[in-house]
Amino acid sequence: MTMSAGVAGTRADAGVGASGAINIRNVSKTYDPLGVNVLAVDNCSVDIAAGEFCVVVGPSGCGKTTLLNAIAGFHDISQGEILLDNKPICTPTHTSPPGADRMVVFQNGALFPWSTIISNVAYGPTVQGKLSARDARNQAQNLLAELGLPEIGDRYPNELSSGMRRRVEIARALINDPTVLLLDEPFRAMDALTKSVAQEFLLQVYDKVRKTVFFITHDLEEALFLADRVLVMTTRPGRIKYALKIDFERPRNFHMRSSKRYLELKSEVFSAVREEAAKAFEAGERELA
Amino acid sequence: MWNAARIYKSVVSVTVLRGAVSILGALVLWELGRRLQVPFFAAVPAPSEVVVALGKVIGSGKFWNDWAASYSRVLVGFFAAQIIGVPLGLAMAMNRTFYHFAFSPLEVLRPIPPLAWVPTAIIFWPTTELSIAFVIFLGAFFTVVINVLGGARNIDERHIRAAASFGSRRMDIFWKIVLPATLPSIFTGMAVGMGITWEVVVAAEMIAGKSGLGYFTWSSYVGGNYPQIIVGMISIGLAGYISSGLIRSLGKLATPWQRQF
Amino acid sequence: MVFAVEAPARQIERQNEPVFGKSQVGGVSFALFRLRHSLTQPAPYIGFLGIVSLLLAWYLLTEFFNLPRFNKLPGPVAVWTEFTSRTPKYGISIYTPDYYMHIFWSVWRVLQAFFWSTVLGVPLGLFMGWKKTFRDYSFPILEIVRPIPVLAWVPIAILIFAGIASREAPIVFLTFLATFYATILNTMLGVESIDEVYFRAARCLGSKPRHIFFRVVLPGALPFIFTGLQIGVGVGWFSLVAAEMLSGEYGLGFLIWDSYVLSQFEVIVIAMMTLGVIGYLFSAIIRLVGSLLMRWTERGTS
Repeated sequence: MTMSAGVAGTRADAGVGASGAINIRNVSKTYDPLGVNVLAVDNCSVDIAAGEFCVVVGPSGCGKTTLLNAIAGFHDISQGEILLDNKPICTPTHTSPPGADRMVVFQNGALFPWSTIISNVAYGPTVQGKLSARDARNQAQNLLAELGLPEIGDRYPNELSSGMRRRVEIARALINDPTVLLLDEPFRAMDALTKSVAQEFLLQVYDKVRKTVFFITHDLEEALFLADRVLVMTTRPGRIKYALKIDFERPRNFHMRSSKRYLELKSEVFSAVREEAAKAFEAGERELA
Repeated sequence: MWNAARIYKSVVSVTVLRGAVSILGALVLWELGRRLQVPFFAAVPAPSEVVVALGKVIGSGKFWNDWAASYSRVLVGFFAAQIIGVPLGLAMAMNRTFYHFAFSPLEVLRPIPPLAWVPTAIIFWPTTELSIAFVIFLGAFFTVVINVLGGARNIDERHIRAAASFGSRRMDIFWKIVLPATLPSIFTGMAVGMGITWEVVVAAEMIAGKSGLGYFTWSSYVGGNYPQIIVGMISIGLAGYISSGLIRSLGKLATPWQRQF
Repeated sequence: MVFAVEAPARQIERQNEPVFGKSQVGGVSFALFRLRHSLTQPAPYIGFLGIVSLLLAWYLLTEFFNLPRFNKLPGPVAVWTEFTSRTPKYGISIYTPDYYMHIFWSVWRVLQAFFWSTVLGVPLGLFMGWKKTFRDYSFPILEIVRPIPVLAWVPIAILIFAGIASREAPIVFLTFLATFYATILNTMLGVESIDEVYFRAARCLGSKPRHIFFRVVLPGALPFIFTGLQIGVGVGWFSLVAAEMLSGEYGLGFLIWDSYVLSQFEVIVIAMMTLGVIGYLFSAIIRLVGSLLMRWTERGTS
């Protein structure tokens, strides 16, 4: 079942006052790392509805992180535009600086190692001046409890397991009430067991807040388990080749992974991605940022 | 990857231009400070005077003799430190017992500044040259050993295991794994050691020498030829920079795998 | 001069290391356990043996065998006798106030130099690491001046401060210069070592520049800053001794040179060893302060 890329996915239960719709229109990005022009992303277009959980898969180095970075505001694009709720946030001439409306959870984690957990989580509201330091800490404490995280407020990130750290980082992002959550392969470095627990955690959080999520991964099972829509990107230069709607009910659980429908979807995505993965394997180039 | 456009771009880049501006600006301020008798600058000869002094001195043979004298002392002491220090460090890295045995005396002697050894060295060695060389040796020696040890400690255990699983003998592991992996640290140690060496040479020449750039600088002061002091300082800085640069280039040649791509 | 930076506790990603509940490391009983354990290892004993061998070699070469040149040097027995005597031949032992006066002067000078180089070097280094524009203007000047060995500045230092400041100023200035280079360079390196990802996270979270400076740049560079301070103190002592030998009135460096001129050889060795001990103590204190300030590197790392 093929769907052309660029068809906006809609959610019947997007919620009142939904915001966080992202429109990516004809975006291209050229890097120039060593004096050699590299086209990282080539004419990418996709519309993401408010509150949608959108997962992008593709081989390493295909440009998915480039797209995420552009949405987040870490670098600009060479062509095209990106809109958030119909306001341009990224064009060749102007990039909205990174902000709490587009929170990022990074691949290897970016909890400040020199701050305690509670300091880390309270960082956003404190620094933005929204809350006093004490109120921010209280709110952070409450959020951690709400998310089912144990009493770890006074620990340092180094003392925790990677699964715990990633969850704290999600809390740190959530406390700022972002419009969009951007996750750059957050569970990549985890073993399969920890990963599945972390994924279920993320889904529980998503069910509660229903924010727009832009999630990058190379793990197909993860993509199918988490997403409302899976977008497949080609190898560099990256383009959205294929969009697949995942129509499983929420809340999801791991039993769905053995359902017939799931296996059908999986083989469909797999063959789409495999072609690209084989190309990347042959190319053998080093990945860019 | 190298072409005319890239070279041009890197030379005329903003960074380089800003650097040039700030250096020129500093020189101008220095010159003005001297002329306007600004408190601290009034005592320091101005760039213009330094250039004049440089011109006078370049022609004289004695100046270049001093260069040669300093360099020869540096080379002798420095290489002695490498020849003894590198194998010692490697031996300590390879053998735990030897490491513990040698480490404590080294740690006890290391904090003593090399120049504190000058009188002892003068008493002990028959000639001034040897005493100076000895002090230089000490300065570079400890640095080398510490860096070699640091480099050896950071060798990824897995490389050694991989080699062992291929059936390597102990000496093979040394020559093919430990030595190459430690090479970057050896060269870092050499670069740092070279800097320390020049410090020691200059001081030793000022204290107890009769030739060399340090002596040249000191005797300019004693003789009241102040612009020449700065000529001496710049010469020493330049000489040290050249030798450090040589070592860094040698290091890059010896460790081609470290190049960034 | 480039000072080798020993990698401080790296922010290593702990991959699969669950640590739930209380921290494992801590408590007096655990410290005692480690002490008992280390006493059963061969390492400390071999180390002790190493020092004993050194002392033995010194004794044998200078006093026992009376080898040609070695017998001009004072041996451990002579030095120890002098050091512990109530009426030392040359007026310096642990019982004489002069000894402590020299120590005081040297330490006081180093402290002053250390203070100034930290106060100037750390902020400058932080800015140079953080803001490229600032670095573009300031780094070239630093890199041109830095290769000039600190001791080559002796004559100019004397000239600059002549008449304006006390005779102490040149010595403190030279010590300051050496420590300053190490501090500013390592601080800069420290900022550059901070993973870009932390800056990005901070920006996402809505930080303003001052937040980034105080909550990312400064703590992130702290391990390198302390390494720099340690190295700085080491080279500071190095320069201080030389400066004192050339132009001082008190201090351990002066004591060494003066004793040499007056042929009071035992005092030379006493002064040298004192230098070694004090230098080591300074380093240890800085390391201690560093570990207190950077608790996050202690816990959880193996």
